[in-house]
Amino acid sequence: MQYGPRLLDGAWVSVQQTVLAAGVAIVIALSMGLMRMAPVLPVRWAATVYIEVFRGTSLLVQLYWVFFVLPLFGLTLDKFLAGFLTVGMNLGAYGAELVRGAIRSVPRGQWEAALALNMSPARRMWRIILPQALVVMLPAWGNLMIELLKGTALVALISVADLMFVARQINSSTFLSAQTFGTALILYYVAARFFITPGMRWLERRLGRHLSRTGGTRT
Amino acid sequence: MIGWRWDFTLSILPRLLEATLNTLLAAGMGYAIAMVLGLIFALGQRTPIKPLTFILREFIEFIRSTPLVLQIFFVFYVGPQFGIRLSPWTAGMIAIGLHYAAYLSEVYRGALNAVPRGQWEAATSLNLSMRQTYGRIIIPQALPHAIAGMGNYLVGIFKDTPMLSVIGVAELMHTANAIGAENYRFLEPFTMVGIIFLVISLPTAALVRLFETWLRRKLGMIR
Repeated sequence: MQYGPRLLDGAWVSVQQTVLAAGVAIVIALSMGLMRMAPVLPVRWAATVYIEVFRGTSLLVQLYWVFFVLPLFGLTLDKFLAGFLTVGMNLGAYGAELVRGAIRSVPRGQWEAALALNMSPARRMWRIILPQALVVMLPAWGNLMIELLKGTALVALISVADLMFVARQINSSTFLSAQTFGTALILYYVAARFFITPGMRWLERRLGRHLSRTGGTRT
Repeated sequence: MIGWRWDFTLSILPRLLEATLNTLLAAGMGYAIAMVLGLIFALGQRTPIKPLTFILREFIEFIRSTPLVLQIFFVFYVGPQFGIRLSPWTAGMIAIGLHYAAYLSEVYRGALNAVPRGQWEAATSLNLSMRQTYGRIIIPQALPHAIAGMGNYLVGIFKDTPMLSVIGVAELMHTANAIGAENYRFLEPFTMVGIIFLVISLPTAALVRLFETWLRRKLGMIR
């Protein structure tokens, strides 16, 4: 099929979008998740508003808003940047809830022990609580990463030349819909099933082993 | 910077609200299809026919790990290639219904698995038919386990309906786009779409949570 290279180019853009959006999502999820549990009320509110707004409206609406409305306020983002930033911010809001749930699931005794060892709050969070929370929330992050990959398909609608965009272009010039869209579907499936899912499983095993060796989860 | 214009907002509001009805209709119809199809997928995986179980599992996996927009395009454009013309609405409903059927079937599957084995054995020993076992014993007990997941996907399908605009279903996003293009003003229509989505999805999510607690209490699962 002579359109193979073009589809692969598109797939490469999709990979970049996914990786960058994942980075944004992780940063947002961590900061919003922690802010959601902050002792200061306005900070907690800010995080709640962020999470509810991004979870309450859809990704496509947010993408259009960032791409078409923000320039009116003088903030023009390149479409590539706008794409992964919005996808990351959207999925980050979902991730924040995972972070919060996982931190809550760390046993009270761990907090108390860290306090007894005279750790500073930041050190306690970073060295004691977060590593344990990470192991708890990792399986859910696996699903979230697949949602994120799927979310990046929407950046085609603000004309980022990703896999979805290229597939549409080829379709409109050849009308071979089953072949082009079918190939694109299979590429997404392969990425999710043979890269993201095994990758996350590997991470789970690795982190689980690491934690049990250092005795973190022993009781 | 262009300021917000209230008169313009008010003038486009009727059109947006009308489109909101289409969005709700699309979500409702899609969800109805997904509920029924999802149950078929879930029950299909419980049959002793191994190939069927295998095919269903792979099919569900496939649908769940590929983007909905792409599936919408696929259904819409592949039909005509083989001489079947689907209207945007039909294609959209098939795509979104199938997509969420895959998700709901996983919810059902989990819920059915949560019913203790003893219930099945009791139904067998009472000589109940398959139909009675499912209808009277298993599904009523599985339902509370499914409510939370079903509720999440109800809100989810509503938030995914804007994707139908790409094949020309005249729902909210499509209308906002059209208004924006006609008037060269995107600020108000797109912002209003966001607000309408918030106003509908937040209370719905809250209601779903309330209903879940109420149902669990009613069935004596929590005090």
